[in-house]
Order: sequence, then C-alpha cells, then structure tokens
Amino acid sequence: MPIPESDVKWVKTPTIGWVEQMYIPAIVEGLRTTVRHSIATLFGSGARTQEFPEVEPKLPANYRGVHRLNRDEKGRVKCVACYMCSTACPAHCIDIVAAPAPKEWQSDPVHGYPREKYPETFVIDELRCIYCGMCEQACPVDAIELTTLYDLTGLSREDMIFDKEKLLAVFDETTKPDAKYPNPIRTRSGKLGPASELPPDQGLTFSSTAQS
Amino acid sequence: MYFEFTTFHLVVTLILIGALMAVIQGTCAYLILAERKISAWAQDRVGPNRVGFDFGFNFFPFTLLRGMGGLGQPIADGLKFLLKEQVIPKNVDKIFYLMAPCIAVSTALLALAVIPFGPTKAAPVLLDYRTEEMLAEVAKRTRPMTPEEQERFIAENNEYQETPRGAAWPATETEKVYLLAADAAHARANGTEPFRERIKLYNSEKLDRVQFVIAPHVDIGVVFVLAIGSLAVYAIVLGGWSSNNKYSFLGSLRASAQMISYEIPMGMSLLGVFLITGSLNVERLIDYQVEQGWNVLFQPLACLLFIVSLFAECNRVPFDLPEAEQELVGGFHTEYSGMKFALFFLGEYTHMIATSFLVVALFFGGWHLPFVGELPGVAGIVVKLLVFAVKMALFIIFYMYIRWTIPRFRFDQLMGLAWKVMMPLALISLLIVLFVQHFRPLGEYDRWLMTGVSLLSLWLAAVVSLRMPKPPTRAPITYVGHPIHGVRRLSVN
Repeated sequence: MPIPESDVKWVKTPTIGWVEQMYIPAIVEGLRTTVRHSIATLFGSGARTQEFPEVEPKLPANYRGVHRLNRDEKGRVKCVACYMCSTACPAHCIDIVAAPAPKEWQSDPVHGYPREKYPETFVIDELRCIYCGMCEQACPVDAIELTTLYDLTGLSREDMIFDKEKLLAVFDETTKPDAKYPNPIRTRSGKLGPASELPPDQGLTFSSTAQS
Repeated sequence: MYFEFTTFHLVVTLILIGALMAVIQGTCAYLILAERKISAWAQDRVGPNRVGFDFGFNFFPFTLLRGMGGLGQPIADGLKFLLKEQVIPKNVDKIFYLMAPCIAVSTALLALAVIPFGPTKAAPVLLDYRTEEMLAEVAKRTRPMTPEEQERFIAENNEYQETPRGAAWPATETEKVYLLAADAAHARANGTEPFRERIKLYNSEKLDRVQFVIAPHVDIGVVFVLAIGSLAVYAIVLGGWSSNNKYSFLGSLRASAQMISYEIPMGMSLLGVFLITGSLNVERLIDYQVEQGWNVLFQPLACLLFIVSLFAECNRVPFDLPEAEQELVGGFHTEYSGMKFALFFLGEYTHMIATSFLVVALFFGGWHLPFVGELPGVAGIVVKLLVFAVKMALFIIFYMYIRWTIPRFRFDQLMGLAWKVMMPLALISLLIVLFVQHFRPLGEYDRWLMTGVSLLSLWLAAVVSLRMPKPPTRAPITYVGHPIHGVRRLSVN
C-alpha cells in the first residue's frame, strides 16, 4: 500500500556553517545542558533516584512479586490440587502433592462445588521462579496469586523454598487491613476468577450437582 | 652555586615532598568521588551517598561518625582495593604486567616535581629578555674586550663564575662577561640593583625563597613535564601488551597512536608562550603573567589547543579510546584487578591533577588573583595556595563536565583532528606570536593584536575547512521518514 504523501516527512541533513564547524558553540550548548541538569538535581527538582530503604517505591498494582496461597471464607486453603499451575510453570518450580480432601470439606462445598482434593504439600522454589505469573493465569480457582511483595530476602537457599504454611502466611500478611502492599489487580483478589466461574449454560447442572 | 642551599631549604623541600604525596593521594581518592557525584548530577541521579565514616559499624564510637553520606566512599574503596585478591592471569607477561601500573603512577608523580602548586617567585636572572634597553646595551658592548679588561672583570665578578642559572643565553665565557657588564651598566644608569645585589637580596629572604614546587629553579621546567608526561603512555602500552588480551592490546595500540599524535600540537601550542616569556621555567612563566596579564587573554587559540591536547593526554572523554568501556571492555586495564587497577586509576587522576596545574600555571596566571593586592607574609602564601587550588579544581570540574557533554570520537576523527586541524592551527598560532614579537606593529597593543588574530584564525580555519573537498561517502541515500512506520525509501542516484 503506498504511503499517502501527506504522511511522508522529508528529512534533510542540516547544513553545516562556519559556526558549527568551529565546534565551540556546540560544546558550549552541550555544557549548558549538563550543567542545567546538575543544578536542577542539586537545587531544583532533585534527583530521580528513589532511595530505597528509606523511601518505599511506588509499584504498579500489577507488579509480580512473591506468591501467596489464598484462603477461602472459612480460612481453608483454596487450592484444589489440580496441578494446573505446576503444569503451566515454565521454570518447574511448583511442587504439589495432592491428597483427598477431608470429609467435611467434601460435604461443605466452597463456591458452589465440592472439593475432592486438596494439596497436602504445596512448595514453590522462589529462587527458581521467574515471576512470569503463568501459575496465576492457569489457576481455575484463583488460589495462587502473585502479590506486590518485592523485598524478599533469605539467608539460605532453604529459606527461599516456600511451603504451604509460608505461602498462606503471605496471604495473611498481605490481606491485613493495614498491609502496605496493595492487593494484586490481575485476578479478582480472592473472588473467583473467570476460569472458575460456571459457564452460563452449564451453571445449573454444576450447581445442582454440588447441592445434591 | 649562586643560590645558597641551606638546611632550612632542604627541610622545606622534604616537607613539600611528603605533603604533596599525601595530598595527591587523598585528592585522587576524592576526585574519584567527585567524578562519580558529578556524573550522577549530570544524569539526574544522587550518586554515592551511603558510606559515612562509620563504615556500617553499629557500635558506639562509630555512631558519632554517621551521616556524612558518601564522604567515606573513597576510604571504603581504597580498603576494598587493598584487600582484594591479587589476581594475575595465567598467560600474562608477568614482569611487564606488574611493571605497567608502577610506571603509570611513578611517571604521573614525577611530573609533579616541577609544577608549582602555590606561590612561587622566580629567581633573578642575569639578563632580563624583556627589557629593550638591556638588549641594546648588550648589543653596544658586544665588541671584544681587551685581555686586561676581561681579566679585571672576571676578577671583579669572581663569585659568578658558573653560568648563572635562569640565563640560558650566555653560552660562552666572554658572552657571560659582557652580560654581567651590561647588567652592571644598566643598573648604574637606571639606579636599580645589579644582578649580584638582586641575588643577595633573594638569598637573604628565606620566606620568599620557599617555593611551592618540589624542585624550584628548573630551567627546562615545562619540557620536563611534557617529557615525563608522555612516558605515561608506556604504562598503557605495556599493560595492554602484557595482558595477552586482544581488547587490551587494541586499547594500548590506540593509546600509543593517540598520545604520539597529540604530543605535537600540545608542544607546539606552548611554543608561543615560551617565546613571549623567554623561559621554560614555570616560576618565570607565572611571574610573567603576573606582570603582563594571563596568557589565555593573548593566546586564546594556543590555550584552546593545549586544553584539547590535555584531554587526549589524560585519556579523558572525548578521547578515551584506549579505555572505551563500550568497545574494548576497559581497554588496557581489562585484565587488572585489585590494587594494580587502583594504581592505574591513581596514575590517571594524578595525571589529571598535574595537567590542570600545568594549564593553570601556563595560561591562567598560576597563583595570581587579579584586581586584588597581595597580602604580606603567611596570609599571602595561604591566599595564593587557595587561589591555585581553586583554579585547579575548576579546571578538573570542567574536565568532568566535558565527559558528560561530548561523545567519544571515532578513531579516524581523532587522528584527523590532531593532524589536519590542531597541528596547522598550532603552527598558525606560533607564527602569529613570532610575527608580532618580531615586527611589533602596534607597540603597546601588540598582545591584544595577538588575541584578535588568533580568534580570527580560528574562524578562518572553520571557513577553510568548510571549503575543503569532502572525503568520498557511500552512495547517496534519500531517507523518507514515515511518522508511524519509519519507512526508509532508498533511491540511489
């Protein structure tokens, strides 16, 4: 497709006169810029640097930090041990051992469906993780989420292998009323995600099964 | 010796050496901090601001030293350099590899020996080149003395049998005799002090003879600095070659070509200054400027050329091709680590200090503070020291700002600038001085004539270089930019 002539911008090489050929005006102009920036940094608007430990960075709400395992309304782990996240994980850092859910969980459906399985262990190697967020996308029940917690440190490699208790503790920490980390916005923060919602035409069947 | 050299002066010299060494090391360390700070400010950053003097220790005596953000950084850096593992790569030429950083530091420090960093006073010279009448006097008396006359004169001036230092001219015994005679006659005629009285006076005033130079009265002064300064290239060449690394080798190759090219305009731009002053002695060069005005006013072109050459000599941006982090991974010092790397750095920054002292001494009047009278005694000395230091600091800050202003030259551009632009300009600048000194067309305003003609020749150089035939380029390409797609349409004419 030809480009319309009105969209074409003709660029010409600027001609060089004797002023430019002397170099000095250009150098003076350049020095003016550097000095202006220095003066602005020192006395004016200040540096763009955020001084981290003293000043908390303002992270976007879709920042992908440490994982958490969400709890349902009764404080139980929401995960149904479907292995979707560990399958989706490109870094193979999620390790789940599934077990049949306790009897009372099976008879007390969460969100309108019964739970047959729950994770006996749920381990994420935070050092191996690449924080891509694909586990979160894969999760049908929004049980796993990446929080905006960014300042994660550990004294050993073992410290950084997060088990179920630790991941649930992250949930508790980040959902406190005065938590300094905003809730992630990619998923619906504890509510069911689109993947776990019942399809409109089959909804009746599923919910009827659950209630029966 | 026509100077008395007493224990007092020996002690002063030793103190000066010690003080200068210590101060230079400290200054270098803090210059690195300054460099990092200025880099940061020019880029809207904060720069190193964490290390105070507590060095992270959390117990009582150190807590008092907290909160001097960044000022402890050089000390921490130095400690780190000292404590680092001394890595010597396997395939290096060990002798030269270890020698290179030593050469870098020692040449840089050696050059400081004749550079004044505070008040100086040139020793009296037998013949003052600048006095017209004296030249005439000498010319008048340059006829053979009778042997008796000569004998009597030598007997009278027996104490000055050695060629007086500071007077390079009298080459033969007879010539010296005539000069002494001319000096005496001139003094008698004008009612001034003759040479021997001036020397006596100079020797009698101890405080006046405290020169803030390690080696005062060196008549080849500036030549010594240039010679030693250009030895610094050995450090780079040896370091790069012995590292057995292609990048280092490329860096040192570039350095050798660059340094040799820029030595020439550097020396030539100084010739005009020497011609006007009639001396290479740095103290005399400063004295001349105190009397007659700063050289930068009268030889702006030479000053500009000299400063540009200094940038190349110090391997500073825009001429930092030997290091060129982006192309050569650090160039000649790629294989160096720990204290050896630090020595290279120390050498580089000492070189910067030395060259900025030099440019201040040769073109910006040294310790001279215009429009302000001189203070007597120690106060005067302190003021002059401060003036010198401030001028040097300003020049180093200029160095650092240029680093963030001008991008690095390509190698052919670098060579072109030296050989096609700076060398002819330096010659022109020298010719201007020669012409004006010889013909003196405007009498008193000769010096300002030099200023005008230098600036004019700079303009002319720009105009002429515009008319020069351009080197062949690639086939002409017409660029058609599209605001969105950035389409480039090629049309080969």
